Amino acid sequence: MSSETVSGWRRSAAIAVALVLLGTLPLWVGNTYYINIASQILLFAVFALALNVLVGYAGLVSLGHAGLFAIAGYTAALLLQMGYGHLAANSAAVVVTLAASAIFAVLALRSTGIGFLMITLALGQIVWGIAYRWASLTGGDNGINVTTRPAPFGLSLASAPSFYFACLVVFLLALGSMILFVRSPFGASLRGTRDQARRMTALGYDVWLIRFAAIIFSGFWTGISGLLFIYYNQFISPQVAALTASAEVLLMVISGGTATLLGPIAGAVIVVVMKNVVSAYIERWNLVLGVIFIVIITFMPEGLIPGTVRLWRWSWSTLNSRWNGTPEKPAQEDASKEPMPKVPT
Amino acid sequence: MAVHRRRVLKGLAASGAAIATMRAPYVQAQAPFKLGLLTVKTGPLAQGGIQMEQGILTFLKEKNNTLAGRKIEFISADSGGNPAGARTKAQELIERDKVNVILGPLAAFELLAITNYVRDNATPLISLAAAEDVTQRAANPFVIRPSATSAQCCHVMGDYATKELKFRRAALISEDFAFGYEQMAGFQRVFEDNGGRVVKKLWPPLVTPDYTPYVAQIGKVDCVFNGFAGSNPVRFMRTYADLGLQGKIPLLAGWTAMDDALLRSLGDEAVGVISAAYYSADLDTPSNKRLVADMQRDYKVLPGGYSAGMYIAGQCVEAAIQKLDGKADDRKALAEALRQVSLTDTPRGPIQFDKYGNVIGDVFIRRCERKGKQLVNTVIKTYPKVSQFWTYNEADFLKNPVYARDYPPAKYLE
Repeated sequence: MSSETVSGWRRSAAIAVALVLLGTLPLWVGNTYYINIASQILLFAVFALALNVLVGYAGLVSLGHAGLFAIAGYTAALLLQMGYGHLAANSAAVVVTLAASAIFAVLALRSTGIGFLMITLALGQIVWGIAYRWASLTGGDNGINVTTRPAPFGLSLASAPSFYFACLVVFLLALGSMILFVRSPFGASLRGTRDQARRMTALGYDVWLIRFAAIIFSGFWTGISGLLFIYYNQFISPQVAALTASAEVLLMVISGGTATLLGPIAGAVIVVVMKNVVSAYIERWNLVLGVIFIVIITFMPEGLIPGTVRLWRWSWSTLNSRWNGTPEKPAQEDASKEPMPKVPT
Repeated sequence: MAVHRRRVLKGLAASGAAIATMRAPYVQAQAPFKLGLLTVKTGPLAQGGIQMEQGILTFLKEKNNTLAGRKIEFISADSGGNPAGARTKAQELIERDKVNVILGPLAAFELLAITNYVRDNATPLISLAAAEDVTQRAANPFVIRPSATSAQCCHVMGDYATKELKFRRAALISEDFAFGYEQMAGFQRVFEDNGGRVVKKLWPPLVTPDYTPYVAQIGKVDCVFNGFAGSNPVRFMRTYADLGLQGKIPLLAGWTAMDDALLRSLGDEAVGVISAAYYSADLDTPSNKRLVADMQRDYKVLPGGYSAGMYIAGQCVEAAIQKLDGKADDRKALAEALRQVSLTDTPRGPIQFDKYGNVIGDVFIRRCERKGKQLVNTVIKTYPKVSQFWTYNEADFLKNPVYARDYPPAKYLE
């Protein structure tokens, strides 16, 4: 019991330190460029968390999420271009994204597994195709410029630090909603549909409806991250909806660790940092990114965060048994070999 | 190779102690002029992007890394060939590295993603990307373009095809994206204004495994004008020759489709192709002689439009620094000075800029010929001082919508 409280205390301390670090980031990072990178990490972390709802907790791998991301971005960008205000454009974008998520869900939930993957892939490509080919509406691959950032409550988001704080607030809200979701009966029933769909049906749960709700929930945060993205870049073009964009965010989720809260965030950090910071020093950064993924998959097939926890516990228990000379190692190792915790540490 | 960031960093690390002891004002007085290159070194566009880097490095090497008395610090960034990447890398160059001027980017959609950003941050940008509107309806005081708009050379080709070659019926084929639309539209407009008819427009996707179904649709025409880019022209011309059209229907090309840098990947299928370009390695100007010789020596390649464009961009920077005489750190003044640049000796001949920042310069009609083992684009006609508006009235030109897939409308399609 005492170790429980110790770890609980440690956890609160770690969360407090993380919050303080995130909250003061513009002060200690200094250079605008790195503040912008941090904003990017946060907005992609929201995107990855949203996808993780499906990939991790529902067991539904989607390759069309960039489509939803782009629908939100394009809706807002088009309305802004027509002269609507930020509030109207953003609200409409969220509504349109939720509607699109519902359509995605109705079509894709006719199957699971590979079937689901292929249908979402096709839907994502349709969005890409519309963005690319319906040039009179979307500007084709010339894209749409978003001239201004919004100023909610009179606070302008034009500068890098202010935009970072906006991203941070959205990120914390997204993370908070994910924590609630994971702990809620809805989260539990969604994991149930992932692990034992037939048993859930037998128990009287409406598996389809649970999955549908999960897609809507995921679509909502995907749309929000899409809005952050267009305000960050102040530009949107069809590349946003491309298959590679869907694959990239899926990689973030898988490399960080599916069905964990920290995993997608870690994945977003890795990909954004490699793409934007490391690429300045290493020309073949794609190769380095590939090697990192291979290393993660080889040594931590469950993902970076759960894998690190497992290795940490294993080395800790090994050391413990060495020092104490007690033969408790096998028992501990067994415990650590249990399936990864569904709710993260 | 020359100054890559890694080397710069190594140098910094080595001289770290020395820098730390310097006083800030002293450092500023001695600070080098920072030249940022925003290019593409990974992904499908990498070939052109690497040629851009070779072009500017060749220029800097020739100048011994010093332009008009200012030491140059060169920083290269890889955008990966997508708009979000271009935006982030532009931020890196401007906010972190605080460059004085950006050269690049390569692709139109990258340029469109960052034009507002460079204006807001008052950083001059010299781009090769061809997007028409950047120097037309959405002109930006911080952007100049020493290469050409998409249609600038194609207007010329349309004129040459009707007046000199007496062609009356044409088929157009190009990739299904904005650069292709703008090129084809420019050709079509001049071709039809001179009495010709465009009877077919074909748009294969950017990634097309086999051009046979498209070549098969060409039909009975006097000429085919193609605007392919990247490595696509190589495969297109091979298909064109394989299906027996070479020699039967003359093939015309835009600058990217017959770039000099592509010649070493081409064979007999390219012989006879007539192209319009703002640069030819064949030109006899002193700076072009140096560029061709240096590129052959250092990289064993013939420079094409990308390398020459960046070499010229370097010349523009040098001229602007010279003119500002020590005040080149004022980015706004630098942007203005860049627009006033007028050069007599560049690898493409004399150039100057219009009030929108786009180049006014010669455009060359070239015929591809075999000289011994090598292919060369021999210049057969030079159109001097071609503007982006061709011979049209500037105000009327800008009142029309930007060139697109369906604009100007094709009235004679069969």
